[in-house]
Amino acid sequence: MKTGIVLPHYQRPDGVHPPLDYPDYRSSLLRAPTQPLVPMPQWLTEVTGPLLGPDRVTAGDADLTTRHAGEPLGERIILTGRVLDSDGRPVPDTLVEIWQANSAGRYAHVVDDHPAPLDPNFDGGGRCVTDSDGRYRFITIKPGPYPWRNHLNAWRPAHIHFSLFGRAFTQRLITQMYFPGDPLFAQDPIFNSVPDPKAREAMIARFDLGLTIPDWALGFEWDIVLRGRTATVFETEEHR
Amino acid sequence: MTLTPSQTVGPFLAIGLPWADGPYVVPEGTPGAITITGRVLDGAGDPVPDALVETWQADPNSRFNHPDDPRGAVTSATPGFRGFGRSATDQNGGFRIVTVRPGPLPTPAGATEAPHLDVSVFARGLLDRVVTRIYFADEGQANAADPVLSGIAEPERRETLLAEPARQPGAFLFDIRLRGERETVFFDV
Repeated sequence: MKTGIVLPHYQRPDGVHPPLDYPDYRSSLLRAPTQPLVPMPQWLTEVTGPLLGPDRVTAGDADLTTRHAGEPLGERIILTGRVLDSDGRPVPDTLVEIWQANSAGRYAHVVDDHPAPLDPNFDGGGRCVTDSDGRYRFITIKPGPYPWRNHLNAWRPAHIHFSLFGRAFTQRLITQMYFPGDPLFAQDPIFNSVPDPKAREAMIARFDLGLTIPDWALGFEWDIVLRGRTATVFETEEHR
Repeated sequence: MTLTPSQTVGPFLAIGLPWADGPYVVPEGTPGAITITGRVLDGAGDPVPDALVETWQADPNSRFNHPDDPRGAVTSATPGFRGFGRSATDQNGGFRIVTVRPGPLPTPAGATEAPHLDVSVFARGLLDRVVTRIYFADEGQANAADPVLSGIAEPERRETLLAEPARQPGAFLFDIRLRGERETVFFDV
């Protein structure tokens, strides 16, 4: 029986995301599933999703430099870009959440015992909602690289964590944004867990002199591309 | 356009992601509310204290307030229903979601999906989210007809997707085992 329910279908991200089972990243050894993933159709729960917008954000959430008594130490930056789907369509009115280390490479978190100073004027969390053109914009400081215990002399390249919802459960994405020219890319298993070099490049922001505010802050641009819709799929194909 | 790849949330997601009202898919005190609690466990059976569990679901009348639902976007009859839940795990790997039981859903081919929540789990050690579903163990008949559950051949694997009623009324238990013995079924969506 057909129900007349015709649903959008979201592109499979084949070959883009890192494999869950990736031994170079030691933390995956006890946490990555061993059983193959079971294919799931994209039905009503999957093609819908939370439409989180302005009600999750308060004024000042997008400026990580003005939330405390004083200014944080470090290189002040403007970080902006668009949230798009793979057809190039902007995703407006969607929540973007970020978190990051301070300029010395230390997170304001009890578990971080890296002996670099905490900054009383920086907590590292921010959020905003994209505008009608899918654009987000943060003011923050450039995070520092930091050591971790994955392997001997392991250092994470400077990065900012980004959380995106899009419009559908299928589009949910949490990722990391990196800075151009970082000398630590070659030895970082998290960055290199992405198999396709072109996809790895897609995680690196672009320095843009045009976004720089003279005498005040450097500018970086980074677009985020979420899974887009494919052409309408008919019932017989929905299990792929 | 090249899709942006996933990266792990790492150990410090608590700086950016938890919300005070995250676990409340419905406001506290909602009539008929249920609580789903459980633990996220690793391959050694140890708790995962730095994970984030997110849920998404239809309302009790099987509706979504979303424009891509071809039946139309509907404001839920359950006041304050958000559909979305988010709970960071605690030191014991525990999470908690306060919600209402979703209704069953029609599929395009005319089958019926049993009441379920879609679940994303993020954690250090996971380079991409893992996706699972919560079904309700007391929905035996609906579960038997559910096309996604039926697609899993082994009964012991299917059971990993069932939230079990707990002693207190309205309480359900659902553990998520990321790896190894009784590993939860994870989906490729």
